[in-house]
Amino acid sequence: MNAWIYVAIIVVSTVVSDLLQSWEMKRQGEMTNFGIGHLLKTLLSKLPLIASVVFLAVSFYAFLALLQVADLSFAVPATALSLVAETILARLLLKERVTATRWAGTALVACGVYLIAL
Amino acid sequence: MSSNRLVRKTRLFASIVVVTNVLGNFALSWGMKHGAALDGSPLSFVLVVFNPWVLVGIGLLAGWVLSRMALLSWADLSYVIPVTSVGFVLNAIMGAVFLDEKISALRWAGTVCIVGGTVLVGLTAPKTER
Repeated sequence: MNAWIYVAIIVVSTVVSDLLQSWEMKRQGEMTNFGIGHLLKTLLSKLPLIASVVFLAVSFYAFLALLQVADLSFAVPATALSLVAETILARLLLKERVTATRWAGTALVACGVYLIAL
Repeated sequence: MSSNRLVRKTRLFASIVVVTNVLGNFALSWGMKHGAALDGSPLSFVLVVFNPWVLVGIGLLAGWVLSRMALLSWADLSYVIPVTSVGFVLNAIMGAVFLDEKISALRWAGTVCIVGGTVLVGLTAPKTER
């Protein structure tokens, strides 16, 4: 039971982190300079990216705690519940065109994650 | 940029994202099971972080965050999420081989679904909006 509380914290913070990061990076436009310094500067100069790292840190701390009570092969797929939520929100909030092929592939991945968690 | 170059660049970055994530998770898991335990107190967190395996894991996961951020500057989130899920499979295999975790038949069936789904999403165009 304890493990599922960690899973819930991980899923919610991961979804918020990814949506913020994807939204802000699209606003920045396609990157061409991949130097570590430039990447770090970008990461630290935009509020939504800083917020996304804070949510990622929450998710990371909960993940460390989860690894104490569960196998890695349970911990990783259980946290992947966020996958379905993120695809739906990418369609609704980020206005991505999720084609039939992409939905099918995402559904397959989600089924796989469910099977692994059984 | 031509769509071919975009696809190649997307695959290169998706690979970096997956490799840093899988190796990072593995180093963390190894460190958490061979060293100081986390009991919720700030001191235990500091002790855990100074475990060399955990340090290596954190370094790799920092590379994961930066490469994923770069990838998201052009590729859809709904593309990046399922495609990088192939990392779950590699995580499961590393767990089975190096951490002696038992992988059941159901988990292997799940693994096959994840790989199939990843290939399907990988066939779609990485960038759709705007």
